[in-house]
Parts: sequence; C-alpha cells; structure tokens
Amino acid sequence: MSAIPMSHSAEPWSLPSRGRVAMLSLIIGETALFTIFVVAYIYYIGKSLTGPTPQVLELPIFNTVCLLSSSVTIWLAERQIERGKMGPFAAWWAFTIALGVVFIVGTGMEWHKLIYLDGLTIHTNLFGTTFYSLVGLHATHVVVGLVMLTIVLLFTLTGRLNPSHNERVQTLALYWHFVDAVWVVVFTVVYIVGR
Amino acid sequence: MADQTLPIAGTLDLTPPRIEERVSVLEWLHGWVITVDHKRLGILYVVYSIVFLLVGGVEALLIRIQLAVPNSHFLAPEFYNEMFTMHGTTMVFLVGMPILFGFANYLVPLMIGARDMAYPRLNAFSFWLTAFGGMLLYYSFIGGFGLYGMGAAPDVGWWAYAPLTAKAFSPGHATDYWALALIVSGFGTLGTAINVIATTLSMRCRGMTLMRMPLFVWLMLVVSGLTLVTITPLTAAQIMLVIDRYLGGHFFDTQAGGSAVVWMHFFWIFGHPEVYVLVMPVFGVASEIIPVFSRKAIFGYPAMVAASVGIAFVSLGVWAHHMFTVGMTSVGNTFFALSTMLVGIPTGIKIFNWVATLWGGKIRFRVPMLFCIAFIFQFLLAGLTGIMLSAAPWNWQLHNSYFVIAHFHYVLVGAIVFNIFAAIYYWYPKVTGRMMSETLGKWHFWLFFIGFHITFDTMHFLGFMGMPRSIYTYEPDRGWNHLNMIISIGGMIQGIAVLIFAWNLIHSYLRGKEAGNDPWDAWTLEWSTPSPPPVYNFSADPEVRSRRPLWDLKHPDDPDWKYEQ
Amino acid sequence: MKSTFRAHGPRAIRLSFLLAVSLLPACGAPAAWADAPQSLPNIFSPSTTPAHSIMGLSFFVLLITGSIFVVVGGLLCYAVVRFRARDNDDNSEPAQIYGSTQVELAWTVIPILIVVVLFLTTARIIFAIQDAPKPADALDVTVVGHQFWWEFRYPSLGIVTANELHVPVTTVSYLHLLSADVDHSFWVPQLGGKTDLIPNHPNDMWIDPHQTGVFLGQCAQFCGVEHAKMLLRVYVDTPAQFAEWVKLQQQPGVQDASVAAGRHVFETQACTNCHAVAGTAALGTFGPDLTHLMSRTTIASGAAANTPANLHAWIENPDHFKSGALMPAMQLSDEQIDQLVAYLDTLH
Repeated sequence: MSAIPMSHSAEPWSLPSRGRVAMLSLIIGETALFTIFVVAYIYYIGKSLTGPTPQVLELPIFNTVCLLSSSVTIWLAERQIERGKMGPFAAWWAFTIALGVVFIVGTGMEWHKLIYLDGLTIHTNLFGTTFYSLVGLHATHVVVGLVMLTIVLLFTLTGRLNPSHNERVQTLALYWHFVDAVWVVVFTVVYIVGR
Repeated sequence: MADQTLPIAGTLDLTPPRIEERVSVLEWLHGWVITVDHKRLGILYVVYSIVFLLVGGVEALLIRIQLAVPNSHFLAPEFYNEMFTMHGTTMVFLVGMPILFGFANYLVPLMIGARDMAYPRLNAFSFWLTAFGGMLLYYSFIGGFGLYGMGAAPDVGWWAYAPLTAKAFSPGHATDYWALALIVSGFGTLGTAINVIATTLSMRCRGMTLMRMPLFVWLMLVVSGLTLVTITPLTAAQIMLVIDRYLGGHFFDTQAGGSAVVWMHFFWIFGHPEVYVLVMPVFGVASEIIPVFSRKAIFGYPAMVAASVGIAFVSLGVWAHHMFTVGMTSVGNTFFALSTMLVGIPTGIKIFNWVATLWGGKIRFRVPMLFCIAFIFQFLLAGLTGIMLSAAPWNWQLHNSYFVIAHFHYVLVGAIVFNIFAAIYYWYPKVTGRMMSETLGKWHFWLFFIGFHITFDTMHFLGFMGMPRSIYTYEPDRGWNHLNMIISIGGMIQGIAVLIFAWNLIHSYLRGKEAGNDPWDAWTLEWSTPSPPPVYNFSADPEVRSRRPLWDLKHPDDPDWKYEQ
Repeated sequence: MKSTFRAHGPRAIRLSFLLAVSLLPACGAPAAWADAPQSLPNIFSPSTTPAHSIMGLSFFVLLITGSIFVVVGGLLCYAVVRFRARDNDDNSEPAQIYGSTQVELAWTVIPILIVVVLFLTTARIIFAIQDAPKPADALDVTVVGHQFWWEFRYPSLGIVTANELHVPVTTVSYLHLLSADVDHSFWVPQLGGKTDLIPNHPNDMWIDPHQTGVFLGQCAQFCGVEHAKMLLRVYVDTPAQFAEWVKLQQQPGVQDASVAAGRHVFETQACTNCHAVAGTAALGTFGPDLTHLMSRTTIASGAAANTPANLHAWIENPDHFKSGALMPAMQLSDEQIDQLVAYLDTLH
C-alpha cells in the first residue's frame, strides 16, 4: 500500500500565478513569431524588382498615438478594478476599446489608399508582400485583442465581472500591452527605418 | 516490492478499490473525446503517436525495399518522394512531438503532486488541434490534387526548400496540406508548451521547489520554453509559404527578388532547436529510469539541470550548420562550426553524469534499463558524428549524404525512439495497472538493437562513398549495392521488432500481470498513487522534502533531505 | 588500402584513422572502398587540394572523436558489466552518491579544451579553402543547375555543353554555380565538398584536380521528381586532351547532307523550343545544347549510355529512362525517330 506524507509543515509556500505565467509564455512565443516577420521585412527592404516602394507610405502618427495611449487607458482601468471601482473601470476599458477601433479603422483607410491609389497589393512586389503580412499580422493581433476586451466589457456591463476577477483582467491587459509594444517595433521598422 | 515497506507513521493510504464500470462502446468513446483529464489526454497523445509510428515505419520500409537493389522499379519516383517526405514529417510532427508531450501530459502533474494541468481545457484543445493536423496531412493522399483527381501527398522533403514549394514547381494542393497541417499542429504544440510551463511553475505541491523537481519535469519545462521560440518561427515561415502559394506573395519567389536562402534560415531556426525539443524529453526519461535501475540517486542533479538549460540556449545559435554548403561567408561558417561544437560540452556533461549514476550501483537489467543503456551508447556515437559534421569543411563532403541520414537517425531512433520504448515499458504499469511482458520485451529490445545497428551503422559508410540522400534509386556501378541491401535487411529486422512491441502492448493490456503501485521500487511521486491513478491523482495534496520523496518514505532512517542542499 | 590512403597527411594521423575506422562496426565497407577503381565516388580518395585538406581534417577529427568514443564507451561498458546486480545480491541499496563538484568541473573543462582544439583546426581549413586567392590563369566555368540536368558554360572559350564537365588537370578551375529553377548541389566526392546551386544566389567553388580520369558525382540537394537521375561526370583531361576537346566544342554543328531528313524533323518539330544546335535555327535553352551531343558518353544527365538505341528509346518516350524528365514524348513515328537519331548521330 502506497502512501504519502500528510504532515503539513508551516513553511510558507507560494507559487506564481498561472495566468501570468501562461500569458508571459504566449508573449515569448508571439515575440518569436513577430521577430521572423520583422527580419523578413528588414531583409527585403529595397529588394523589390518592380512596383511601388516604401516611399508611398505616410506616417500614421494619429493611429500610433491612439494605440499607444490605449496602453495608458487600460492601465488606468486595471488600477480601478484593483480598487474595486467597477464604474470607472468600465469607462476606461471602453475608452481603450474605442482607441483600438480607431487604430484598426485607420489601418483600413491606409490600406485602402495603398491599394486603390498606389496600386500596392500583397502580390505586387516584395514590399507589398512583406508590408501587408507584417502590418496585417499586427492588425490581426489587435482585432483578437479587441474581441477579448469587448467580451470583458460585456461581462462588466451585465454585472458578471467583479473585483475578484482583477488578476484575470490584468492578464488580459498584459496581452494588450504586448500588442502595443509590438506596434512600436513595427512602426520603427516599417515607417522609419524602411521608408 | 514497495508494498511491505509501508505504511509508516504520518502517512495516508490512498489506494481506492478498483471499480470496474460497465459502459456502452458509444459512452466509452464519448468519454474519451470530451475528456479534459491530463492522464487520458496523455494516453490519447501516446496512442495517436504509436499509430503514426507504425504508419511512418511502413513508409520507411517501403523506402528501404525500393533502395535494396539499384535501379529498382518497386516504387515510382513520385511515390518514393512522397514517402520520404511523409516519413520525415510524420516522425517529427506526428510521432516525436506528440508522444513526448503526451508523456509530459501524463507524468508532469503526477510527478509534481498536482491534480491536473494548469489548463485542462486548453490541454484538450491542443490535443485535438494536433490530431486534426495529422489527419489533414494524411488527407492529402486523397485531396492533394483536388477531390476529383488522383490524390498526392507532399513530395518536397520535410525541409521543403523553396522554391521547389512554389506553385510553379509544386502544383496541386499537396504542399498546401503540408503547410496547413504544420500550422494547425503547431498551434496545438504551442498550447501544450504554455500549459506545461504554467503547470510546472504554478501547480507544484508543497515543498516541490524547482530544484526538487524530477529531472523529467525539468527537461519538459526547458523543452516547453524552447518550443515557444522554435515552433513559432516555423509557423511564421509556413504562413509566408501559404501567402506565397495562395495570395501570390513573393517571400520565397526567386523570380521576383525573393530568397531561397531565407526559407532555409527560417526553417532551420525552427529545425535545429526542434531536434533538442525531441531529444531533451528523452534525456528526462533516461534521468528517471537509469537511477531507479541502478538503485542510486542521479549523479550531479544541479549539473544536469544546468546542462539542460545550457543546451537549450546554445541550440538557438546553431541552425546554420545545416547550411554550410549554401555559400555562407567563411566567417559565418566558422561561427556556426564553433557554436555547434559547443553543444558537445553540456551534452557531454549529461553522458558523464549518467555513467557516473551507473557507477557503483546495482544495475538491474529490466527492459526499460536495456533501452536506456543502449540509448547512452548510441547517443554517445550520435554526438561524436555530430562533432564530425560540425567541422564545416568535412561537412561540405558529408552534408546531404547518407552519413547525415545515419547521424540523425542515430539521434532520432538510437536515442529518442529507444528511450520512448524505455518510457513505455517503464510507465506502462502505472498507466494500465499491468506489467508488460518481460520476455517479449527482451525479444523486442534485442531485435530492434541488432536491426538498428545493421541499418544505421552501415549508412555512415555509404555517406563516405558519396551516396546522396533523397534519391529514389542509384546506379549499379557506384559500389553502393551491397551496403544498401544490408541496410534494408536491418530495416526489416526493426520492423519485426516493432510488431513484437505492438503485440506486447495489446497482449499485456489484456493478460499482463497486476503491477501494483510501485513495481520498480521507484522514488518519484507518481509511484505513490494507485495504478492506474484515480481521476484526482492524489486524494490529499502531497508534500515533499527532497527530490526522491518515496526514497525518504522507504528509508526514514536515511532520507535524502539530509544530504541535498 | 594503399590506393585509398595515398600519401597525404602525416603518417601518424593516417594510422590513427585506420584505428578509428576499425572501431566502427565492420560491415564490409572498408573493403568496398579499398579495392574500388578510381572512378568510384569516395571522400577518402581525394584528387584536389580542397579535397585533400578536408580529408586531413577528417582524419584529425576522427582521431579525436574516436579516442573519446573509446574512453567514454569503455567506461560505460565497464560500469554496466562491473556494477550489474549479482544473483547473490542481498537486496540492500548501494551507497547513494549525489555528485561531486570537482568531478563535474573536470568533465566540463576537458571537453572545452577539446572543442578549442577542434575549432581552431576547423577554422584554419575553412579559411584555407574558402578564402584562397583566385589565380590569374584560372579557368572559369559557369555551372547552371536545371531540373534535372547540368549546363556547363565556358564564357572565355565560347563553349556550352551539358552533364559532362571537362577541366584540365592541375589548373585551377573556378565553378560559378547558378540555378535556373530550384536548389541543386554540385558534388563530386573526389574533387571536394559540395556547394549548392541556388536561384538568385550565385556561389563559387574551385577545384585543381591532381589526376586525370573520370570522376562521378550527382546532385546532392533534392530538386524534384528525378533528383536521383541528375548525375554528373567530370572529365579531368591532360592539357593536350583538353585543348583538343575545346577545339572540337568550338566548332558549329556538323552539316551532313546524308541526314537531311533527320535534320528536317529536328527543325520542324518542337525540339528547337528547348534545344540548340549551333549553326541551325535551333536556339532553345531549356534543354541541353546538342551541338556536340556525340562527344558525350551519356544522355539524360547520365541516366543512359549515349547509343543510337538509347537515343531512340529516349526520344520515343523519355519516361523510359527518367519518368519525371521535363522533356515530353514527342509522338513521332518510328521512321521519324530513326531519321532523327541518324541526324543526332552526326553531331560530333
């Protein structure tokens, strides 16, 4: 008959939060994914044989400001739920979503201009291929983030979310911060270095 | 064995009576499909992998029949190319990774005293993604040319070098199935890796500090971390390939300025660490089995942990040793030769520690131990041929020859498959409650061992004699005829051995003798639960004070925690 | 063994190599390489300076890895035999030893030293081969890989040929490696290591064959269906033979009135889309240049001997020798093929 000890010692025993560990792991993996796309983008700068060049790009300053400030607003939302204030939390959270939506709409308008005015599509040349895939990959992450943020907002508005979910909300916010940080890299590479 | 040593004061008997439930086949099947239990998912992974191991083995045998004689017409060239592509892809993605993550699924929670993985539902989702990936890949046999034409499996090699994968050179859908299957199963693997990390870091029982975790758990933690940063580059490269093939992108389109070499870099940034993703779990297996059958604690536990982490880091900087012949600069070649040789240092430390664990022990040659000892021997040789290949100028000769085939099969079969067998023989009693037949196991071991050496030792020489890989046939005047015949005979012997193994699995499940909780007199927590363990694993949360909690229980006068720092 | 290990490298290294090889499992292979005729591919019978340096390096690496194998493998075997559980065992547990920092340190430092030695030797050979200065009188050859054949161009000599490379003995030949489609790899074991032919990524390699003769190789990077039949023959000629060969290759295609019917078939069928014969309307570049087809000993990139019967079978249906060859079966009548073969037979 097997057995294991039952005598629990008084030593303190604490473990890291599994949500945070898992989200950080996901972020490490995503970082590697983005790294490959960024490396491909940098490697192919100036290698297109025909078609439009990165000079057709315009600096998306407004977009960038929106996305980066959404990191601040989501942080403010986190502070509110930590203090148990669900009303202000919902407000900041909704504001974050709005900023994210503005970013996505801005990207859509940029792409519309590139496609119809400059004739740049994903199969025009290497610039098109690398640009749409890198910026598109980031935009996909923003959309996924927005979906998750919206779900949380719906839970908040229906009263299913309470301050005890603080840690989960912060884990999700971690993802949003990551998406914003990636944009800093993408912005630098695509609009500053590569232009 | 362990039964009479316990109980001792302050312990609790946890063995519940075995309940035989009668359920209909449909209910039983439904139970397996909806399960989120880490043990059942672990079994699903392993069974899934063994099925594909048999499929991949049949593919290997077809390859060997074709190559047994020169200018053979047994297989059409197209079919041969499909066979070696599917063999490689199957063995790496549908056998190696899932079976090792299956072991992790089953064992990690038990070994760290947890009741399940950190995310049981993510766990089930990951498994079904992986399974779907495998089915997608094999569906290409039917759907590769579209539903109404004849099917075709991918035939571009498991490394799928651009631009052979471009629409121009690989029309049809076979390559798409390959890329999509790997993307899908890649997400599954990513999910499992995240789950294993979260489980090991956040679900440990009281007293299970990081430096008290069994080495298998440590290695799975390292492997999962490595998986995070290796499987995602593959996914990225596959997404690019799919963009090229479906949306007319130019990532790897050499006609439009794209680069074939960039694909090679991306592929091997995944592909080389992948070898370590496959081999490190079996280091963990060996580090569990060798101590138990030598009756000694693992020698140099902290060094083993450090070496594992070291291998993971070094492995991220060696990928271009697969590319010594693509025309890198001399400085590039020199760098990758050095980084590759550096892998030998932590790997050497591991081999030395295993030998030191054997040293002074009382070695019991049960079937798992036989496989493990053969593993050390073969892994030593595989490491040494790896050093040979890292000498870049010699690599210019050996690259893409049968020497390379021999080298990596020494790693993948001689090390990984041998230890997978060892692990199955070792943990089968825990999983099923029954012992595997020792007689059949020894037949399996010796036949497989002999067949392995006939096949793969011989292959090295074919490499010296200039036989390149991936050729469906060869000219009779090159002097390769006899060796190829010998290799094929060795392959058949291995095939027979695997059939004995498969029979042993089934036979022992039905007729094997009852195992009891702790048939090997082992020391890690999983052996303190009943065999098979109940759904909740432990009825009370265990607490440990050393790396070998059951040793402490069995030797209260001389427990480990007195000696470990 | 004598022919295999022809006096290169210090004797000590050679002997230790023999020692190392004899440790590898015996399977009849050493005999196979020892008595093989010169032309059999073998990385241990080098015929160029790079191939020699590589063999020297490989002996050195084999010596070191062989020694490691003997020591560690020996310890493993000793431990397994010496410390096996005996039948009369008292079932007590052996002494538990948890580790030793000194021992760990020792077996970390020794491998580091070995790696340093191996690395320095390797680096020296890499630079010696890869960064060797190109001599002024080097012969330039452009090698273009195609699915599934080789194109050889001598820009300075105005020669285009296929599948059979001719180079003069002792002279340094620089091979510029290009690809027309997918990745290939140029590998003739006696002449040195392989180098890949990658589209959009030109590579170079050099050879300076020490002996005359025919050296066999083949494509070493999977390039599609008929990768296995992308064979390669390198003729190392004496300077006189090479000059004669060059002179022949520089001639335009032979115009023989007696085979006008065959020539008509050649020029009016789709042959000219892919093949070229200098001095005719045929200018295709997708397939091998046929101007001097009869100066080659093989057809279909080495898949068959260059005989009229084989040519007939090949033209009738290339699948006969290479089922994935890109050349289509031209659906010619037997008579047309006979005429065509008769014409090709004059292209010396």
